[in-house]
Amino acid sequence: MAQHKVNYTQDGGLPIALTSVDKIVNWGRSNSLWAMTYGLACCGIEMMAAGASRYDFDRFGTIFRASPRQSDVMIVAGTLTKKHSEFIKRLYDQMTEPRWVISMGSCANTGGMFNTYATVQGVDRIIPVDLYLPGCAPRPETLQYGVMLLQKKIRANKAGNAQKAKRLM
Amino acid sequence: MRAYKPKDNVQAKAYYTDRFYVAPQVPKSAVETDEVFASDLEAIKAKFEVKDAYIQVEQMVIYINAHDIYGVLELMRDELQYTQLSEMSAIDWLAKDNTFEIFYQMLSMTKRKRIRVKYFIENGQAVDSVEKLFRSADWSEREMFDMFGIEANNHPFMKRILMPYDWQGNPLLKTYPLEGDEFAAWYEVDKIYGKEARDIIGPELRDTARVDRYDSERFSRLGFEVPKGTKITGDEEPHVESYQEESGVFMVTKLDKESSKVIDDPQR
Repeated sequence: MAQHKVNYTQDGGLPIALTSVDKIVNWGRSNSLWAMTYGLACCGIEMMAAGASRYDFDRFGTIFRASPRQSDVMIVAGTLTKKHSEFIKRLYDQMTEPRWVISMGSCANTGGMFNTYATVQGVDRIIPVDLYLPGCAPRPETLQYGVMLLQKKIRANKAGNAQKAKRLM
Repeated sequence: MRAYKPKDNVQAKAYYTDRFYVAPQVPKSAVETDEVFASDLEAIKAKFEVKDAYIQVEQMVIYINAHDIYGVLELMRDELQYTQLSEMSAIDWLAKDNTFEIFYQMLSMTKRKRIRVKYFIENGQAVDSVEKLFRSADWSEREMFDMFGIEANNHPFMKRILMPYDWQGNPLLKTYPLEGDEFAAWYEVDKIYGKEARDIIGPELRDTARVDRYDSERFSRLGFEVPKGTKITGDEEPHVESYQEESGVFMVTKLDKESSKVIDDPQR
């Protein structure tokens, strides 16, 4: 005979929480946003700082992964050159759905100060972007805020339906 | 130094108009003024033709024939103690007389002297590789090929080094536009999605001063955001941004500032 006692009258009844499938799936997705390590330039340093102990992304469930197959969100941190553009597309295609993209910093947003022949003028010319973070480079707080907004966006969507594939074209 | 020109009315008229600016020369002195350089020059002159030689900013500059470069650098490395090739590249004089000027910056650590070896080649002519003498010439010659289109004979791996292999054009030519030609502008779109995607993705927006007439609608005043299309009167309610939905998130506790303790003593 088990010795523990469940007080079924405490807290208004049974130890059961009621919710919807949408909410619990979105809760899982939004609180374990594994980010792909994608530091391309100086924004990558801020991204690393956000992942390290002072800002500690782990407490939001955001853990950096080195493989696109294990990650949910791609944080494009830095200048995307034209030589590299085919690889960002390939890595994006290798991520499993649902997947999200954060464009971090001026260079990833618009090409930034690099108005030259070798720089892609905005990563959204290659892959669809969910969130644009301004700044050169954005502080780790900005990236934290961005991830929190992305969590908010994920929770606002219906999870029950199949994730609508995001395609640039 | 560039000659001073008044910049009072720079908005009305561009004060800098000469496109391919040629820098004024600093004073040159004769090679005989420096003993070490004079003896080096004698050793080189004994075996190769030297077209011109002078000292400029405490460095000797010599002009030689293009086909002598391997022999001159070999002589300098093995007998004159110039054991390092610190830099080499080309200068574009195509607009002036359809030539490239190739320079090799040599350094002697024992003599504490630098010599710059130079020669001219015609447009389309190849140079002799010195990669067998100096390993540093390997990537430098590849970069010269990438940026100017000058090939180096006998180079072990004559391919582009910075730009992609399928790139067209040589970016460091003075005729190459900084923002790229049409090939560069559509490079990533053509390569990933194909030429038919150009209409869908659209051209690059490179005007940094571009003002979109919708910008005032899309970007609202921080802290006073209103739904899109709302007429802005100026007395909007302040909108406090919260990281979490008002109703809370399932199984995630919202931070309560009242019940949390703020540690304000940094020496705790």
